[in-house]
Amino acid sequence: MKDKKITYSLNYRKPKSEYKLSDELTICLRYYHKCDKTNKTKIIKKSTGIKCKLQDWDTDWHKSSSRNPIKDSDSNYKKKNRLILNKIKEFDFKDLAKKSSTNKSKKKLESHVPDGPLADKWTNHKNNINLVNPANKRQIDVIVIGTGLAGGSAAATLAELGYNVKAFCFQDSPRRAHSIAAQGGINAAKNYQGDGDSTYRLFYDTVKGGDYRSREANVHRLAEVSTNIIDQCVAQGVPFARDYGGLLDNRSFGGVLVSRTFYAKGQTGQQLLLGAYSAMNRQIGRGKIKMYNRHEMLDVVVVDGKARGIIARNLVTGEIERHSAHAVVLGSGGYGNVFYLSTNAMGSNVTAAWKAHKRGAYFANPCYTQIHPTCIPVSGDHQSKLTLMSESLRNDGRIWVPKNLDDAKAIQKRQLKPTDLTEDKRDYFLERRYPAFGNLVPRDVASRAAKERCDAGFGVNKTGEAVFLDFAAAIIRYGKEKAHVKGLNEDDQTLIQILGKEVVKSKYGNLFQMYEKIVDENPYETPMMIYPAVHYTMGGVWVDYNLQTTIPGLYAIGEANFSEHGANRLGASALMQGLADGYFVLPYTIGNYLSKDIRTGPISTESVEFEEAEAKVKSEIEHFINNKGTKPVDYFHKRLGKIMWNKCGMARNEKELREAIEEISILRDEFYKDVRVPGSANEFNEELAKAGRVADFLELGELFAKDALVREESAGGHFREEHQTAEGEAQRRKEFQFVSAWEYKGAPKDAELHKEELVYENIEVKERSYK
Amino acid sequence: MNLTLQIWRQESAKVKGKIVEYPVQDISPDMSFLEMLDILNVRLITDGDTPVAFDHDCREGICGSCSLYINGEAHGPDRRVTTCQLHMRKFKDGDTIFIEPFRADAFPVIKDLIVDRSAFDRIQHAGGFISVNTSGNTQDGNSIPISKHDADQAMDAATCIGCGACVASCKNSSAMLFVGAKVSQYALLPQGQIEATDRVQNMVSQMDLEGFGNCTNTGACEVECPKGISLENIARMNRELIKASIKS
Repeated sequence: MKDKKITYSLNYRKPKSEYKLSDELTICLRYYHKCDKTNKTKIIKKSTGIKCKLQDWDTDWHKSSSRNPIKDSDSNYKKKNRLILNKIKEFDFKDLAKKSSTNKSKKKLESHVPDGPLADKWTNHKNNINLVNPANKRQIDVIVIGTGLAGGSAAATLAELGYNVKAFCFQDSPRRAHSIAAQGGINAAKNYQGDGDSTYRLFYDTVKGGDYRSREANVHRLAEVSTNIIDQCVAQGVPFARDYGGLLDNRSFGGVLVSRTFYAKGQTGQQLLLGAYSAMNRQIGRGKIKMYNRHEMLDVVVVDGKARGIIARNLVTGEIERHSAHAVVLGSGGYGNVFYLSTNAMGSNVTAAWKAHKRGAYFANPCYTQIHPTCIPVSGDHQSKLTLMSESLRNDGRIWVPKNLDDAKAIQKRQLKPTDLTEDKRDYFLERRYPAFGNLVPRDVASRAAKERCDAGFGVNKTGEAVFLDFAAAIIRYGKEKAHVKGLNEDDQTLIQILGKEVVKSKYGNLFQMYEKIVDENPYETPMMIYPAVHYTMGGVWVDYNLQTTIPGLYAIGEANFSEHGANRLGASALMQGLADGYFVLPYTIGNYLSKDIRTGPISTESVEFEEAEAKVKSEIEHFINNKGTKPVDYFHKRLGKIMWNKCGMARNEKELREAIEEISILRDEFYKDVRVPGSANEFNEELAKAGRVADFLELGELFAKDALVREESAGGHFREEHQTAEGEAQRRKEFQFVSAWEYKGAPKDAELHKEELVYENIEVKERSYK
Repeated sequence: MNLTLQIWRQESAKVKGKIVEYPVQDISPDMSFLEMLDILNVRLITDGDTPVAFDHDCREGICGSCSLYINGEAHGPDRRVTTCQLHMRKFKDGDTIFIEPFRADAFPVIKDLIVDRSAFDRIQHAGGFISVNTSGNTQDGNSIPISKHDADQAMDAATCIGCGACVASCKNSSAMLFVGAKVSQYALLPQGQIEATDRVQNMVSQMDLEGFGNCTNTGACEVECPKGISLENIARMNRELIKASIKS
């Protein structure tokens, strides 16, 4: 084989270490084709159909003069080596290369997942990508949008590495980003509990939990770095919960059979964010991060096809500012507020991500939304947001509704108290339907089951849209345990209640207090009432393995990207992903891109591109200020939310999705004609900021419905009524095993679909069962 | 419920402000205090008036954005809650409610009820961190056991949300509860020991520079703190400061 552009390899389908020497694998040919136009090298792979045992494979074939890959220990080695050489002659690689490039006339999505066995991909990738030397890093600027777990950790780490970071947040301090509200915990495959956890298991649980709609290599990388996150946070002074021996404590979350969730009371997100914030503070103090509080990004500026800066509005003075950089990172969070009512903060918005989409970044899987099962039910039309009750409560709380419709009616009318119903009159529907996982089934499954019961008339509050979350059994169990430990009378019911409530208080005290303040009922005495609510969006800006969007130099991290959670995120994985992206992934991968920018020098903000983007932003603002309509922004936002919840919510069907698309587009027109924004552009004007955000939600909402319509299957958080099993479970379809990446073409209805096929080589795609 | 609101209106830091009266009708006791203000704002916008500006974001008592001084108390009459968690059932039909911004020299008014609390950020820049880079090679999280008691106490201090209620409640506009909580969190953990001396000195001197007052042990801060941060943290900070002054 003289052509050194062609090499041999074995086609591994799982990690190398999992093979025995006697296993047979197919031999592949790889041809390195250098494209004349782009000067990029492409690898074209072709199977030879010839197999060889691992023990007969010569890994050093390229060093020998004969360049034969099969060793003489194979009885047929001469023949096989000859056949392989013949195969090379058979294939016209140049022709194949030409074909593959003509197929790509339509811009193809390249996930850039590195080659090699799954478990080695990330390590090898890190070893092979370019680095930027410390002196050059000082010449390079990076903009980071958002200061939550992803943005905050990325800004701090990039500054530690030596880049000049400009960080932006719309809040008055980076510490207020909405990651702060995450309650339950963060997953990591530490296996401190010795319950059989491993990197592979975390990887497996996440892919399965995401209903086989995430990218294998990304998820495995996430599982790999998960343990580093815990170490890093402990070193930063994050006060994780510890047991009496002084070691880190764990709890369980939905969809898994191990205890791998680390926590800090019910405020894990707060503590992790304050950890990232402290790392940022250190760099702000050193001058390596320039912090822009109360600033909102309103456009991304693309120069010569690369993201080179942003247009931002100072929310205090109203000034429109230009900021340039060599790369822009979006850590701007999810778009759950498209539903108006969600557990997101009031200010959480899609604007940064959506403006990037309009500049060419593909938007992936917008219809994948997580509806969290345990939120405090809506109390009336005045409601401005919903409050989550942590998933950790499902460790000890049991979910139920009355077994008989009459009892449910009586409870709805408050003629009957939940504590009046004896065990035999209660339906613990999750334990009944899913005996293996019980109350700890994943969120999408739990939410749908609650909705099913409420739709059937068994809801327990006045609107019939709530189920009970009951701690009575846990209080007795903990009380007895405590009495036993203390050597007290285990049959004394009053004592058991007191001791049990103490334990429950130490575990979930702040959540119980929060519930009592909002609902005005004591959850220690009567079961909580809960109902599903919009909580998280798995969809987001499409990114490749390097977290780069389809615009070179524009990266998306954390909830802002479409990421590792597939069609459903497991509890305590959002914190893990945000910090993994920001601390451990992006800082490496962005270096590979920036290494080509070391000679670029400062980026000017005086270019036509900046001019154009600024003019666009200003004209939209002027439109809102001069519109003088009759209705405030919230009026339109609430209406959008109703359409989304009723027609793109927990259960979707073709008819309603088509209606939603129509209604949203009409609402959008109405909004532009009739919205009233008081005040001026040159002052603190919250209504103006809100108007811009709702304008983007009104476009995203339509694409969301369109995506849900196109995806004719049920997967994770996306449930199409037309596609369910006889038992009412989600029915996936093989032909939809792809990521939907939408390209902006002028209006949401014209968006063009690109598909990234998902390949599972290390995991068997099965029916996702929690029974 | 029908209520009379007396709200502080101020266009910007440069203009003088004043109290303006707004009646509101049909308020449900299940509403949160901020939802009641939302209703007022919708009416003001529809009538062509300027809505009342106030800080808010998570509306579940954790981000620390909301900040109102209600009837002379930071975050209003309820205990252990922020304004966004305060519900109208704590008021009676016919009540008059005074709503003002958090007042302190170090918290200048931006507009209406919004104040600038970036002084808190600057105190943190001075030392509110442990100097550890992100490398992926830090030692295992379990390599230094920390007693449950210390970890829990550190956690109690770390629950501070940085809202500034302590400053607003203090007759001296002191930020000692806020700074004490951060200093305590690190003082209670082994990881915080290395930089303990510099940290407390730098943070306290930045606090003084920002124009916050001193502590005279009145304890109003602890009573009004929505997260129940204990005065013990101020005592611990003082001990740390004395230790530091001997050491350095």
